Amino acid sequence: MKSLSEIETTVKRASKAVGYSWGVSEETGKSIRLLELFGLPGIKHINEYFSEKNKTKFENLNLISENNSSSKPYCPINLGVSFLDQINVLENLKKIEFKNVAYPIIFISFISRSSEIIGKKIYVKIDEKKILLNLNVNISSNFIYQEFPKIANAIEVNLLENEDNFTDDEWNNLYKLSEDTFVEESDSLKEGAAGAGLTDND
Amino acid sequence: MKVELRDPNKIMKLSRLGSFHQSKLSFLRSFLNEFKEWEYKRDLFNLNENGIGEAVYSFKKSKRVYSLICFANEIKDEERSDRVIATKWDAAFTLHDGVPTKKDIERLKNEVPKQEVGRLSYKELTLSRANKSVRIYNHVVESLSKGQQPDLNLLSKVGYLYRTTAVYGSGKFGLADRFRIKNRKEINGPFRLEMMLVYLVRQFTFDQVNHVAYHKNPKTAVKLDDNICKNLGIGNSTGLGMAPFIVNHPTLLNNWILSRERALKKIRQIKDVKSQDRNLFIDCVKKSLRNVTSWNTDSEYQQKKISSLLKDVEKFLNFIDKDFNFETEYPFNKIYQWLEDNTCEECIEYIVSIMMEPYNDIVNPLVKEMSSDEEKYFNIPTYRKVEELRNIIEAKYPNILDINFEEKENNKNFWFISKNKEEPRLADRFEEHGSELEQPLAIARDIKKLYDKLLVSKNSLTIAEFLTSNSELRHVVRRAFIVEKFPYSEIQDNTIGKDLIPIDMLRLKLSFFGALKFDPRSDKWLRICMFQGAPLPNELKNYDEHWVYKTNI
Repeated sequence: MKSLSEIETTVKRASKAVGYSWGVSEETGKSIRLLELFGLPGIKHINEYFSEKNKTKFENLNLISENNSSSKPYCPINLGVSFLDQINVLENLKKIEFKNVAYPIIFISFISRSSEIIGKKIYVKIDEKKILLNLNVNISSNFIYQEFPKIANAIEVNLLENEDNFTDDEWNNLYKLSEDTFVEESDSLKEGAAGAGLTDND
Repeated sequence: MKVELRDPNKIMKLSRLGSFHQSKLSFLRSFLNEFKEWEYKRDLFNLNENGIGEAVYSFKKSKRVYSLICFANEIKDEERSDRVIATKWDAAFTLHDGVPTKKDIERLKNEVPKQEVGRLSYKELTLSRANKSVRIYNHVVESLSKGQQPDLNLLSKVGYLYRTTAVYGSGKFGLADRFRIKNRKEINGPFRLEMMLVYLVRQFTFDQVNHVAYHKNPKTAVKLDDNICKNLGIGNSTGLGMAPFIVNHPTLLNNWILSRERALKKIRQIKDVKSQDRNLFIDCVKKSLRNVTSWNTDSEYQQKKISSLLKDVEKFLNFIDKDFNFETEYPFNKIYQWLEDNTCEECIEYIVSIMMEPYNDIVNPLVKEMSSDEEKYFNIPTYRKVEELRNIIEAKYPNILDINFEEKENNKNFWFISKNKEEPRLADRFEEHGSELEQPLAIARDIKKLYDKLLVSKNSLTIAEFLTSNSELRHVVRRAFIVEKFPYSEIQDNTIGKDLIPIDMLRLKLSFFGALKFDPRSDKWLRICMFQGAPLPNELKNYDEHWVYKTNI
């Protein structure tokens, strides 16, 4: 088994070898390490992308807007680094759309890291497939055991507000149950147990 | 009295970093301190009469066990080489996490002796190999087999029976990644498991030499005297592989240096020094002279450094004896100022190291600060502005900005990775091919390039906007934001200039390991000795922690 440290170093060097700058290659190494840590096919896809990069022209996108489309597929590394760099601005947009992205799983790794930077979950739809990026702690998806596509026709990125995943009723119910560990205070407990007496006004 | 931390722009120069010496902060000393209460055991010793076979040594506490697995091999004299291109060694080692099963040992027997071309698993933590110092080893075997102890003069010229030629960890060749074990309290210090490996290898060398001597002549053989063992260490041959490490791990480098600087600052701030602390300090300086006078090297460069060190330490002792009153307030501050005014860099840093000896209360908490969670500082704060980045560079790299990289001599070398051994190398860019594949280790040059670009960029641009058209400078943008928070994270020197002495970079790292007797064999590699004078494993529960200054051979 390859260690994550070997994966990161080798991807970084390979990325430099195919023409990215050292700084971008460092980012790529980190991102593929992350995918492999989460059990996603980072090495497989970066390998295929680097092989194809020699034959096919990919589009670079430096400034991301709400709607982004291109006739040539977007390079997932350049797109990912731009997303990572601009996340503090992009945070103000609720939804960002991309058309025609190559090897979207590579792009996803950068979005996952962005999720940690802004402290918000990010929900991504790649065509009909759904992925939740959870503050770079994990990646969950409804197609984890299926083949990841080589091209995404449409990617929709939704930056989620920090909200509960449950209803108020569910919470109240649970909270009520937790109260069963508390002690009802008698008058003497009210007076003596906290130390301040019955009044704490100056 | 308030003492400032020393200026990074002075301390992080290579000549100063290359003058650092071991101290109480050094990893091999903090390793011994951490593991002194652990149960040491030799679990397996299955060698033939020539010392070939397997052995296992372990440290255990509660349910945690670390086991060193040793494979001693037969090699021909002509196959023995310290160079990284070697493919066979007298012995190969791995530190296994837990108690190895027979199956583990069988698996590792096929992999560990192959070193870089073998594959380890997440159950192995470190990997190493070592060669005999043939002259010393054979002499010791010969003497012991005849019932005599070896010639101490000969031993003192080398100081070890074996020398390692590489120690690997942190995910190399399939070894466990650091993240798998980083929460273990006992290894909350850099290179602790590498130190454990080397320490246990040292014991293996004694056991093996005794075993071979016994089988040579069972009737007359004696064991190597414990006191001699104690005064032998483990050698190490180190080349350029170490140099990029300190550039590639800026926050870790910062934490090593910052701990040292904080220790010095606190010691200089002590108003009244207790007499026992003063006596211990002076005693260590005096006894340490033995380490300097027994420091053998053929390197003219190092001989000059040793000679000026010896002269200056003697001058210092004379000053302390005749002109200095320890009863004065803030005596260590005054000593430090005297050292800066009157002695060479090598001597200043030598005495700074020894100043720490009396102060466990200052040093021990700092040992825990010497690791780094590097991932936390990787992301570039791209929302910040060009103006801020320019200000950081002006404040943090003042001398670097004065270097003219248009001049050939300042741009003479390039660092690259050798295709043959995947190891870092240094070459002249104007005479050798390959500079187009240069590694990103010319930080000073690239910071200067970044600064020049920033000068012609709008102040109000965000770093994200700046990077869209300056991707080639991304690696140094990241570093500049790191040095803003970590003042000792950057070497404040040119690592590609004609005057570069790469062994300064090696010595910096080796001093933090706790190495003694740096012996440069060229400007690019050197030999050192580790654990010379250290307690043997069965003495760990009660040992003299100033053992470094008390070697006898």
